[in-house]
Amino acid sequence: MSNLSEKVQAVFQEPGCAKNQAKSEKERKKGCTKQLQPGAAAGGCAFDGAKIALQPITDVVHLVHGPIACEGNSWDNRGSKSSDSLLYRMGFTTDIQEMDVVYGGEKRLFRAIKEAIDRYDPPAVFVYQTCVPALIGDDVEAVCQAARKQLGRPVVPVLSPGFAGSKNLGNKLAGEALLDHVIGTEEPSYTTPYDVNIIGEYNLAGELWQVQPLLDQLGIRILACISGNAKYREIASCHRAKAAMLVCSKAMINIARKMEEQYGIPFFEGSFYGISDMSEALRNLAGLLVRRGAPEDLLSKTELLIRREEQKAWEKLKVYQKRLAGKRVLLITGGVKSWSVVSALQEVGMEIVGTSVKKSTEEDKQRIKKLMGEEAHMIEEMTPREMYGMLKEARADIMLSGGRSQFVALKAKMPWLDINQERHHAYAGYEGMVALVGEIDRALHNPVWQEVRLPAPWAEE
Amino acid sequence: MADVITSRKACSVSPLKMSQPIGGALAFLGIQGCMPVLHGSQGCTAFGLVLFVRHFREMIPLQTTAMNEVTTILGGMENIEQALLNLAQRAKPQVVGICSTGLTETKGDDIEGYLKLIRQRRPELADLPVVYVSTPDFKGAFQDGWAKTVAQMIEELAEPATVRNEDQVNLLAGSHLSPGDLEEIREIVESFGLRPILLPDLSGSLDGHIPEDFTPTTLGGTRLEEIRAMGSSRATIALGEQMRGAALALEMKTGVPHVLVDRLMGLRAVDRFLHLLAELSGRPVPRSYRRQRSQLVDAMLDSHFFLGGVKVAIGAEPDLLQNVGHWLAELGCELRAAVSTTESIVFSDLPVERVRIGDLEDLEREALGCQLLLTHSHGRQMAARLRIPFYRIGLPVFDRLGAAHQVLVGYRGSRNFLFEVANLLIAAREEEEGCHRLPVRGAPVEDARACQCQGEERSAG
Repeated sequence: MSNLSEKVQAVFQEPGCAKNQAKSEKERKKGCTKQLQPGAAAGGCAFDGAKIALQPITDVVHLVHGPIACEGNSWDNRGSKSSDSLLYRMGFTTDIQEMDVVYGGEKRLFRAIKEAIDRYDPPAVFVYQTCVPALIGDDVEAVCQAARKQLGRPVVPVLSPGFAGSKNLGNKLAGEALLDHVIGTEEPSYTTPYDVNIIGEYNLAGELWQVQPLLDQLGIRILACISGNAKYREIASCHRAKAAMLVCSKAMINIARKMEEQYGIPFFEGSFYGISDMSEALRNLAGLLVRRGAPEDLLSKTELLIRREEQKAWEKLKVYQKRLAGKRVLLITGGVKSWSVVSALQEVGMEIVGTSVKKSTEEDKQRIKKLMGEEAHMIEEMTPREMYGMLKEARADIMLSGGRSQFVALKAKMPWLDINQERHHAYAGYEGMVALVGEIDRALHNPVWQEVRLPAPWAEE
Repeated sequence: MADVITSRKACSVSPLKMSQPIGGALAFLGIQGCMPVLHGSQGCTAFGLVLFVRHFREMIPLQTTAMNEVTTILGGMENIEQALLNLAQRAKPQVVGICSTGLTETKGDDIEGYLKLIRQRRPELADLPVVYVSTPDFKGAFQDGWAKTVAQMIEELAEPATVRNEDQVNLLAGSHLSPGDLEEIREIVESFGLRPILLPDLSGSLDGHIPEDFTPTTLGGTRLEEIRAMGSSRATIALGEQMRGAALALEMKTGVPHVLVDRLMGLRAVDRFLHLLAELSGRPVPRSYRRQRSQLVDAMLDSHFFLGGVKVAIGAEPDLLQNVGHWLAELGCELRAAVSTTESIVFSDLPVERVRIGDLEDLEREALGCQLLLTHSHGRQMAARLRIPFYRIGLPVFDRLGAAHQVLVGYRGSRNFLFEVANLLIAAREEEEGCHRLPVRGAPVEDARACQCQGEERSAG
């Protein structure tokens, strides 16, 4: 337990986080997460966050040590794609029973690790601690260590019981597990001056594959993506990369910063969403690689690619300009950076009538202001009832948000598009932004909206 | 007949089972104006919420007491109090349902005691009915949580009556019945001139209708007054073995006698149900159901060619397994593999060699050689590996639309079910024989046509 609280404290002290550093010593100790309101809280727990961050590693067994709720209620529910192994999509759990709660679950956990290795022969087992074993004091780290010794296979403890905090904290605790037990434990079979790590990209709906071909064209090799479509060995040997890109800065900054510290891998924060962001990301990657010794012509090659791809994308977007000009968008999101989407939507003439900034940093807010003007309608917190009202009164034509609020829009008979983690369409890179605008167009111009709003002939006014 | 075997594995792989608290929560979702609350970490609620949203494609009111490490150790009274106050103020529910979780049960929170103290301290909560159920995650399964919760609703809310209403019957619905099933059952019962009170009534709340306005609680379901009035009913019909306990509780409390109708699928089962209703109401079976019965018999004759001797694997909670298993056996299918989630006496006369309390990994092993798989959406991976047709039953069904409206009960539901299953088998056979594959370039077209003709002959025969 002490180990867990140390980790949590360490994560809260994260020097790489600008928001953290702006706080006083005392504030920082309290952590990033706001105190949850019983009866008025929403969102996942730390275990959920850890699982989101690591589950995309495709070839390992993800074993959840806890009662059936933690895995049984949630498995196979995320859209992270794999080009090879499907093992990550199966659910593994110790499904602890009352007797385990009374006598302790360590023996069951050890047996479960052994069974999983015997039956599925994975290169490693990730063991997730949950609330109940944490409360009864199961020493998950010790069991993992013993299993590693006896079974000759890496067994990685992920200490992130749900009650430790929010999903975001869980992302970071997952990062700590990788740093402590995986990264740097193996060597890559060869290296090139073009090796990079992509950190915080989960290959949802296959988004990594919208970016990877661009990198391929430049000869840039992804040594490891943490953790989308990753294999255990790739992450274990990713400390030999020359540069890194941190994609979702809030989630895994600790990995990027500590890898810079320990292995001298410089990183930058970027995004694959939006045309200019994508170009920035390519530029930064190339720049870092050249700084680390890659041939200089990479820079000009990159500029060439950017010019070509941007032109192609804008041309495709032009088609939509007429159809989408003047349409009003309500943008409620955390995961996908608001401002990267904002600029693309404005480019096709859409009007952003409001955007949530709940998870945005000060810097993000400044950028939104720059894009949308000083009167930008930034929403800190919006209740479902307010969203419903806004849509019902047609103060917006479409809402883009996460799955959680989709029915708010649909019940108001208004178009809605999923732009969070459960989405089925990939929106990364140049192609992705065109796809997003295409989806908005498809949603907005569907004749179904006229149909569903028809009153029944016998309805009274 | 069937032996019951419990898996001895330490590692459950691809769980079939879900946890008790969310079973309880779903039962609460069948009460009008209700807000279910899980007393646990916020993740317990988030996982259940996502699961239900994906299955029903509806907004799901489900709250949390948001326990963290410290409040767990100190006890959760303040969190429950805060949750109740927040809910009363914001969501204004007519009733609150609290289910405990593995976390708070491990700690041993005395929630009944807490509620007494909170009521003394907070007179403003005096008019808010609160139903509490103990549902540890590390015991039982989804169906058990549902059953306990319905029994507890009756303990807390039903009242003995002095006057008996001769037309009124109570229908206690098990968790295996979909909103569509409940609608069908209500229609059947009403056709006998009886006035049913359904508890819980998911057909009122989660049947996917468009409400007039936005509400933060359930959108419909059994009304509180109806539950209170159950004591004045003529009789109680327990729909599903799992409802026996609740029916007994109601009988003890109010003296309303109960009958158990454990099966509602298949000719014999529906015959018995209608016969019972005819006796209860003193009215003959309506003409429309006589017609439907005859249609069902005809459907059985038409489909037996395709269903006879087909080897079947089923993974489902006990009452659903019983319904589907018996019905398929009556149609000539051979039950080869049956896996369920929790102990039940319904297994004893199931026409199968053994029932295993286990997971989908067990089912997959035993399903080798089977020609048809029936289980919830999590069976999709094993169905793909086994390459056999897959019919989705139970909860969750997250990868197909219309789960809430799947009707399996009554003559009509039974008929549709057997057509759908037979069609799946026909399609699989055609696929296997390549009947609809385009002819290979250069191959004579006649081959393809000949193959198709055979298929047509067979289905006509």
